[in-house]
Amino acid sequence: MKTVITSKGNQEQSTFDLRFGRGAYFCCFDSETKKAEFHKNEFVDAQGGAGTKAAEKMIELGAQKIISGDFGPKAKELLEKFNIQMVIFENDEITIAEILKLIS
Amino acid sequence: MSYKIAIASGKGGTGKTSVSVQLFHELSKSNSCILVDCDVEEPNDHLFFPNARQKEEEVIMQLVANIDEDKCTYCRNCVSYCEFNAISVIPPVNYAKIDASLCHTCGACLVACSDDAIFENGFEIGKMRTHKVNQQILMEGLLKIGSPMQTSLIRTLKKKTPQNTDFIIYDAPPGTSCPVVETISDSDYIILVTEPTPFGLHDLKLTVDLVKDMNLPFGIIINKSGSEFNKVHEFIKHEHLDLLAEIPFSKAFAKNYAQGNISEFDDSKNKTIFSGIRTTLLKKKMLHD
Repeated sequence: MKTVITSKGNQEQSTFDLRFGRGAYFCCFDSETKKAEFHKNEFVDAQGGAGTKAAEKMIELGAQKIISGDFGPKAKELLEKFNIQMVIFENDEITIAEILKLIS
Repeated sequence: MSYKIAIASGKGGTGKTSVSVQLFHELSKSNSCILVDCDVEEPNDHLFFPNARQKEEEVIMQLVANIDEDKCTYCRNCVSYCEFNAISVIPPVNYAKIDASLCHTCGACLVACSDDAIFENGFEIGKMRTHKVNQQILMEGLLKIGSPMQTSLIRTLKKKTPQNTDFIIYDAPPGTSCPVVETISDSDYIILVTEPTPFGLHDLKLTVDLVKDMNLPFGIIINKSGSEFNKVHEFIKHEHLDLLAEIPFSKAFAKNYAQGNISEFDDSKNKTIFSGIRTTLLKKKMLHD
């Protein structure tokens, strides 16, 4: 199963990003291969529609679960439509590596 | 030919509406006049005309793009054309949709699509109301709650305003962004209403920059004057700007405003001030014609 975590940087030592559509990177963790890949959010500075674009990216990545600080209404609508689980986590000091430890 | 005056401010609450309504009342004495409330997010000019009779109401639509999923080949060409991220096409799951609230009706996706899968249909962005006030007309735009299309609604409202009148007064929304630019864009004269406070000055500077950039003639009204803060006066003097009038702060006026009573407000001071503004505007109109 693939889980995406929003991240402020592109390494496992980077801290967790509370924003979804405006999050800097998406860390995609595959529980079968135990590998984490980082994808840059190309729409981080978009004038509008960043949430929708981020949700599209999740569908393309084949994610089934997303961990982020919050989800906007447009992103939520699309993610719900494709049955992607949204997990809200509110600790913005934790690193990606620590979250990966928690979920694996 | 009608002479178009826009009332703008930058900062909210400086007195755009009170100036617009009083000016409408004053100009109506000698000329035909239409007041257009372009503050479409919360139009309130009509509150000051309890005797106004609503003549008509029209739904304002905007054409937004739609995707016919039967024809779509999920090539994503339209997605790359869309400046506003309104289109979602996800090929692996055969998903294609356009978010009406993000679509700006630019038509780029229609050009991008070679499969004839994109079509446009109407989407309500708000309403336009026309009221009759004595012999004059009051028009207002009402944005549909949740719609971000203020600018588009204001554009339509202005297009539908009859031009066979001596004066058109546009009561602008606050700020200096697109809706304000749309409201003031084709005006013959702009009145900037400010107040003698640090916020009033800060936003006045922004608005002066905007109208200078748009190359539009303007004058300033200092509303609620009489405070010790004199930096607005200094700024106007230093920049050699045109000070049209000063309206002293008055508790009695504020009380009447709160009761919706300003068009008939019987204060000799205000009357003198607005008749002075009328004389100035009539001269400007004559030169313009």
